[in-house]
Amino acid sequence: MDLKGKKITVHDMCLRDGMHPKRHQITVEQMVTVAKAMDEAGVPLIEVTHGDGLGGTSVNYGFPAASDEEYLTAVCKEMKNTKVSALLLPGIGTVDHLQMAVDCGISTIRVATHCTEADVSEQHISVASAMKELDTVGFLMMAHMIEPEELVVQLKLMESYGANCVYITDSAGYMLPEDVTARVALARRELKPTTELGFHGHHNLAMGVANSIAAVAAGANRIDGSMAGLGAGAGNTPLEVFIAVCDRMGIETGVDTFKAMDIAEDLITPMMDEQVRIDRDALTLGYAGVYSSFLLFAKRSAAKYNLSSRDILIELGRRRTVGGQEDMIEDLALDMARERGTIQ
Amino acid sequence: MSNKIKAAIIGPGNIGTDLLMKAQRSQLIEPVWMVGVDPESPGLARAAEMGLKTTADGVDGMLPFMQEDGVQICFDATSAYVHAENSRKVNERGAVMIDLTPAAIGPFCVPPVNLADAVARKAMNVNMVTCGGQATIPLVAAVSRVQEVTYGEIVATVSSKSAGPGTRKNIDEFTRTTARGIEVCGGAHTGKAIIIINPAEPPLIMRDTVHCLTHDDPDQEAITRSIHQMIAEVQKYVPGYTLKNGPVFEGKRVSIYMEVEGLGDFLPKYAGNLDIMTAAGLRTAEMYAEEILSGNFVPNAA
Repeated sequence: MDLKGKKITVHDMCLRDGMHPKRHQITVEQMVTVAKAMDEAGVPLIEVTHGDGLGGTSVNYGFPAASDEEYLTAVCKEMKNTKVSALLLPGIGTVDHLQMAVDCGISTIRVATHCTEADVSEQHISVASAMKELDTVGFLMMAHMIEPEELVVQLKLMESYGANCVYITDSAGYMLPEDVTARVALARRELKPTTELGFHGHHNLAMGVANSIAAVAAGANRIDGSMAGLGAGAGNTPLEVFIAVCDRMGIETGVDTFKAMDIAEDLITPMMDEQVRIDRDALTLGYAGVYSSFLLFAKRSAAKYNLSSRDILIELGRRRTVGGQEDMIEDLALDMARERGTIQ
Repeated sequence: MSNKIKAAIIGPGNIGTDLLMKAQRSQLIEPVWMVGVDPESPGLARAAEMGLKTTADGVDGMLPFMQEDGVQICFDATSAYVHAENSRKVNERGAVMIDLTPAAIGPFCVPPVNLADAVARKAMNVNMVTCGGQATIPLVAAVSRVQEVTYGEIVATVSSKSAGPGTRKNIDEFTRTTARGIEVCGGAHTGKAIIIINPAEPPLIMRDTVHCLTHDDPDQEAITRSIHQMIAEVQKYVPGYTLKNGPVFEGKRVSIYMEVEGLGDFLPKYAGNLDIMTAAGLRTAEMYAEEILSGNFVPNAA
């Protein structure tokens, strides 16, 4: 596989997906420190938002240490070369949030829906793409749940609304490299040549780096990851590892490999409440195809109702739950506890 | 002489047709007109078969006949974009408008919470909030009538098949209008609404989660009692409105987990989100009808 000289854009998720393992408690100061280090290391794009996107602040997903507006304002004004993105899930955030984020200085908006529901993003993508110089990305989550042909139909919808880049998102960390290759290659053939194509992986089956390389080989030019893997489940594709692999293969990311390693080791790892790793529950997410940010919710409900978190996660997978259904977890745990006679 | 109030349904789609089937069982409402814009609409054909007068020329096609046909209540099951015009026109002809779109130009109406107020105010246009609002606002109100609720949040999960193109094109209307309803009708200081669309097969029955944060520690016994009473009220018009779990109390958080199964009239049973809208709309119309029949309220163009 010769990918020498191929140029790609890496996109760091520490300050958005990384909010999940941090229970949305990353402080404004920590965000600014991390973002400045990313800027210094040559990371072209970083995401800064509540873990569940703009407007994610809620009982359901967690109240953050600061508002999206406070985070974005503080980070955007410190960036020299690095650009800042925000995530928006229609049904959680609205166009009003999008406008706020633009006013704070983001240059990329990513509009995310479940992989079969692209049409709920029309309102947000068309508004964003009409804004001058706003990089507008459509982001299809849980992309393992449908076949490549169906996925391409949904990607093309987002493209038709005005997205200049679309993403195949392995929210459950379920895909194997061949699954990534099939989806990315077909999408690359079917989308307009000018439309950029991205891949967002999770490391629940330790496939983050391998899947991302497979995506690049099949035609993706944007890759998400997070330094030290700070992200939901077993984390995102560990970005410093991916960058080192790209360096070896001659794939050009523009990021300084040693500086990336230093951010992971010296800044991100010490921030972790618990080490983000492939523990039994995170492995279960990848094995059963469950949305990665359910992890801590399942652990908490398991502890509260004296259940196995793996049992809860397996059942959530069996019921084909989708991203955002965190409210299902306590409800399900109560059902399971009642069946087992541990509560009335 | 008929003891029913005559009504028109604007919008012969899924919602309008389901509403028609429910209205035909009503003791107080007699649907006489179905208004559409597409002559090929199967909904118009169905309504004509059921003996209603129909037009494919929009509200304008019905206006000249409204008064002679005695239409006093109209339901709008079209879209937010055309609602204001529709409402103005039928109001001018002396009919009350019950708005099932998210336009929300009239006061919100959630039957077990504030239907009596809306009728008492003799409002000529009332808005039914959203499906998620109808399913959850009664429970926010059930908590806030016991004690101060600083924050009310709802998560509505609906099946892909029950989320129509109107909802999908304008999902922000859902979150905004529902959040406002949680505040205005639900009585929470701040409202937040989340909607999730799930494509699983077979389609999942509408699920709703209600989280309230109370100002002081929740009075568990009083809140639990109030919630059960409220659920019984909603069950009068949506029998499949079911408490699945809770109330769960954790600190100042009160969480309630609901499932809403529809009657399965025109829409499938899993589409409880649509059923609760049509049932609430009809319930509202019936309350108006009682007032009109008893002579307490004469709708007019004033």
